[in-house]
Amino acid sequence: MTVTVRISDDALALACGADEVAAAFAKAGCTVERVSSWGMHWLEPLAEIDGAGYGPLTADDVPAVLAGTSPLGIGPIAEHPFIARQQRFTFARAGKTRPLNLGDYAASGGWAGLRKAHDIGAEATIAEVTASGLRGRGGAGFPAGIKWTTVAKAKAAQKYVVCNADEGDSATFADRMVMEGDPFMLIEGMAIAAYAVGATRGYVYIRSEYPHAIAKMEAAVRACAHIIAPFVLEVRTGAGAYVCGEETSLLNSLEGKRGEVRAKPPLPALEGLFGKPTVVNNVLTLAAVPWILAHGGTAYAAVGFGRSKGTMPIQLAGNVKHGGLFEVGFGITLGELVNEIGGGTASGRPVRAVQVGGPLGAYHPPSDFHLPFDYESFAAADGLIGHAGLTVFDDTADMSAQARFAMEFCAAESCGKCTPCRIGSTRGVELIDRIRARAPRAADAVERLPQTHNARKGARTLAEEITLLEDLCETMKFGSLCALGGFTPYPVLSALRHWPEDFGAALPAEAAE
Amino acid sequence: MERFAEIIAAHAGREGALLPILHDVQAAFGHVPEEAERAIAAALNLSRAEVHGVVSFYHDFHAEADARPVLKLCRAEACQARGVDALAATLPEQNRVKVETVYCLGLCSVGPNAMVGGKVHARLDGAKLAALVESLA
Ligand SMILES: Cc1cc2nc3c(=O)[nH]c(=O)nc-3n(C[C@H](O)[C@H](O)[C@H](O)COP(=O)(O)O)c2cc1C
Ligand code: SF4
Ligand code: FES
Repeated sequence: MTVTVRISDDALALACGADEVAAAFAKAGCTVERVSSWGMHWLEPLAEIDGAGYGPLTADDVPAVLAGTSPLGIGPIAEHPFIARQQRFTFARAGKTRPLNLGDYAASGGWAGLRKAHDIGAEATIAEVTASGLRGRGGAGFPAGIKWTTVAKAKAAQKYVVCNADEGDSATFADRMVMEGDPFMLIEGMAIAAYAVGATRGYVYIRSEYPHAIAKMEAAVRACAHIIAPFVLEVRTGAGAYVCGEETSLLNSLEGKRGEVRAKPPLPALEGLFGKPTVVNNVLTLAAVPWILAHGGTAYAAVGFGRSKGTMPIQLAGNVKHGGLFEVGFGITLGELVNEIGGGTASGRPVRAVQVGGPLGAYHPPSDFHLPFDYESFAAADGLIGHAGLTVFDDTADMSAQARFAMEFCAAESCGKCTPCRIGSTRGVELIDRIRARAPRAADAVERLPQTHNARKGARTLAEEITLLEDLCETMKFGSLCALGGFTPYPVLSALRHWPEDFGAALPAEAAE
Repeated sequence: MERFAEIIAAHAGREGALLPILHDVQAAFGHVPEEAERAIAAALNLSRAEVHGVVSFYHDFHAEADARPVLKLCRAEACQARGVDALAATLPEQNRVKVETVYCLGLCSVGPNAMVGGKVHARLDGAKLAALVESLA
């Protein structure tokens, strides 16, 4: 009997060398099955033989694995603490099924949600989603049921369901893992949404940085077109603009325009793609729906914390020992995630900061580790959970450099529609550069004129430069049209607030001025 | 010219066809030539300025030709936390490979990462990155 070896073929496993390992097993006479990733990324490429895991492997490790002498065995994967501690709703199939195999999908409960939706009708379908308390997983946390109700009630000859798969945030990869590991689940969620609101066409807008996800989704859409008919789904590729993750900018991009943000109202739910009522939801939001329909909204709502219901696929990244995907009910603390699940830093040095929620999220010091992971607790601590990506930094991180990067990122990715974001971010980079160089701005020619009354005289002090940075952040926060300009102050101000020493604020030179 | 017409025709009747057309042109020519902009504008009933406005908005599209192979190195936060800035500093001065910055490849737990064509590379160190550049040059 030949040995069957299961190895992931998702982009992360491939980047770590999974194809070479798979080829080595095949060469040794094994049957190789390519499955989705378990999400234990530090162990990729991870091979599974009879339920037992081995990783991270290279092709050279294969003989020892087959001889039973490999030191890289981790025992039964399902019992590994990283997996056993999770509550996997969305990622229930992760590691277990072949992503593009319709038989695997149906045999593991696939399409049960769509069948249920058809059985109970559109209105009751929306009622289940509303009862689940599911909130948008793309960052804003808006209740999915309310959005769907608005679209369902709108009268129009054509409605759309658009899946936001732009996933541009650093430290996020859950959308990618769904698309590459369980694409039919996302399609089922979209088909349920379409049925519920009366849409017949849908688009999945995937960022161009995800060629593997695009290929898998295209193949999956082709394979199940007959199952989701009359709903017609198409995959579209972005073109390398972070701001196209913002829903109105994404719609412009789908329409073939510059990805500029549109003012709201009108809401996309009423005037969305091509001016028609449109559901725009994140991958994880839509991917949660089949489970909710199959098991009931109340079962989903029974898990979670406060007003954050259900589970969240949390992504542990950066300088962390056990990086990967960890799905769990809301309410687990930040400290548990970083230290217990993540095992602290990969470098073994102390944790200095954790950025939560991507490039627009705040940097949190270890003193925030008591925070329960949910929308409200992070908002109360001047942060946000965003798409639930955590980036861990050790004590070598320079927080004023991170603040500068946030401004630089905003400047590079601004859609240019509003001044505080477009200009403010560039000025922010310059300002932080001066602060970092301890070279406050000198008085200019006008300021040196004796007869100007209002202009300040002479150079700014470092403290005044920092105040100016805070003012600039306020302007961006309140003057920007969308969250790119509006939330960039989160990483900047949190860095300034928690690590003032990195900005020279507490330096003796400052006191002497 | 014929190739442009073919690409445009392949997307005829599609909703919002401009981005898919530009992707195909960029893939076929390595950039979006001026003549392509004109042909697309005529076919989609847009002004050339509108088409160029779209080309210039997106990082993926380039109006200028550059035949060099491209290595996309992720410089986003999670790769920064895993030392990409120090790694980038080890890159030898060279002109044969175009090293572009990308913000995140979705492999943030195994960085620093890079992408070449459709192929992704994780856990880069100085030697691996140098070998990667060398393999392209
Ligand atoms: C600059 C910016 C980038 C965004 N990027 C994404 C993204 O990549 N994916 C996503 O789902 N939502 C993103 N959003 C949020 C979307 O605008 C929108 O809230 C979301 O797609 C709605 O779906 P949900 O309710 O299911 O979360 C972004 C917002 C902003 C302001
Ligand atoms: S905040 Fe920035 S990205 Fe958002 S609309 Fe304004 S300019 Fe565009
Ligand atoms: S931050 Fe580099 S791959 Fe995500």
